Amino acid sequence: MAAIAVFLVVEAVPALRVNKGDFFSEVIWDPNGTQTFGIAALAFGTVISSLLALVMALPVAVGVALFISHYAPRRLAGLLGYVIDLLAAVPSVVYGLWGVVFLVPFITGPWKFLNEYLGWIPLFAGDSVAGRSVLTASVILAVMILPIIAAISREVFLQVPRSHEEAALALGATRWEMIRMAVLPFGRPGVISAAMLGLGRAMGETIAVALVLPATFGISFQILTAQGNSIAANIANGFGEATPIGRGALIASGLVLFAITLVVNIAARLVIARRKEFSGAAA
Amino acid sequence: MSAVQHISPARRFKDRLAGGLVYLAFAIAVVPLVAVLWMVIQHGVARLDLEFLTHSMRNIGARDAGGGAYHAILGTLEQVALSSLISVPVGLLTAIYLVEYGRGGQLSRAISFFVDVMTGIPSVVSGLFILAFWILALGMPFSGFAGALALSILMMPTVVRSAEEMLRLVPNDLREAAYALGVPKWRTIVKVVLPTAFTGIATGIMLAVARVAGETAPLLLTVFFTDSINEDPFNGPQMGLPLYVFDQAARPTDVAVDRAWAGALTLILIVMLLNLAARFIGWWRSPARNR
Repeated sequence: MAAIAVFLVVEAVPALRVNKGDFFSEVIWDPNGTQTFGIAALAFGTVISSLLALVMALPVAVGVALFISHYAPRRLAGLLGYVIDLLAAVPSVVYGLWGVVFLVPFITGPWKFLNEYLGWIPLFAGDSVAGRSVLTASVILAVMILPIIAAISREVFLQVPRSHEEAALALGATRWEMIRMAVLPFGRPGVISAAMLGLGRAMGETIAVALVLPATFGISFQILTAQGNSIAANIANGFGEATPIGRGALIASGLVLFAITLVVNIAARLVIARRKEFSGAAA
Repeated sequence: MSAVQHISPARRFKDRLAGGLVYLAFAIAVVPLVAVLWMVIQHGVARLDLEFLTHSMRNIGARDAGGGAYHAILGTLEQVALSSLISVPVGLLTAIYLVEYGRGGQLSRAISFFVDVMTGIPSVVSGLFILAFWILALGMPFSGFAGALALSILMMPTVVRSAEEMLRLVPNDLREAAYALGVPKWRTIVKVVLPTAFTGIATGIMLAVARVAGETAPLLLTVFFTDSINEDPFNGPQMGLPLYVFDQAARPTDVAVDRAWAGALTLILIVMLLNLAARFIGWWRSPARNR
């Protein structure tokens, strides 16, 4: 762990020395030419695409987890659990391929529709609406992290003590009321940490984003227009033609990504650790 | 629940609504996931033939049809095998330390915390690390072995986690029985604990291998590209299946995209096969044991 950080720093320093812009606020990324580069645009793209993905994936994933743990018939539930696990193992490059070939052309229509009728919301404003936009990347990321969040949430929901559920039902609660009063409060820390892990996964995701986004630089909240980039995608796209300085710059950006995901992951682990103390269960 | 009388309409409505939403969420989730699989199978079958599996991309231009992924499949298998060779012993020994020796001590708690956090390292970062350390700092060339190193960084935490969980499931009675017979600790671990947990550990390793086989980003940074067959993972650039898919998908011609689909299908088949193998080991070794 420490070694990773140390070597990334060592290799990044020469590039940072010659950087003519401020690394944290510069929007331009041109380490090969003018030697001016900054992380701002990339970090922004990474965070916004991952957050959007999380917003889309979390409710659905919790729904899926509830479906498997409390709604589906038992035999079907076991099978669905397997299927979700298998889907979590589908390589990310496959999702990327699907995104480029199928989702990008397919989704341009709905995006145009959103832009036309909901354009007064700043998020959906903009002129050049296209399939290769941040929102498309977020949809793909959402599809990718869904199985992960669903799998962890399901585990947590299955751990809810049977007696709590039965007590709620015995008091006359409907199924939904039982879930809201007994299952969700018990599962909340688990779901939060699952969401954090999913967020970390989405931020580190490289290939799917690299295939979909047009790799421009700039900070914009217009998530339907054809622009956007992320740290990981930029590394994958820029690495091939990078000069030594360019490589250093990419490594520096990787260091930032490392730091962000580290914070997210540690936060998730701390939430889990606290939950263990609260529930007091041996497992 | 239907037997319960006198539920007010509002409550009943909310219950139905929530139920409906849960079913809807499930439907929303299943559609894209199934769509992905369906499209891969549909498009991939077209080019998944003997030529694809036995030829490389050497001397095949971007616009030419034909060509195959033999070099990529070979590369993936070698890289994954090498990374397993590295990460399985290390991961297994770490897990044994955590469970058998370092019970609850400061060091073991620190290790397991870091292992947890390492599970979340983005694959790009592990690739960058190997690039910075192995290729730039030590001056090694791009090679399949460098890729294997990057993959093993990703694989190790998964192996440690699953092996640790399985070792914890071994009943303490077995260990105590062995100690009571005067068996030293290391022999207890080798002869009693490991065989008992073998199934679970093997399953965990298979799943870790399956996860790693699909990683693209670290390979991109450490293995580099090639269109030719390179059987030596220690020398010169290699290819990997995920890398192949990425490379072909980025090319603007239909034949290249077809190759990408076929590569994706091959990759999914390999990953699914490993997953099924994991389940099979679990089922075959211990039909009656827990779960």
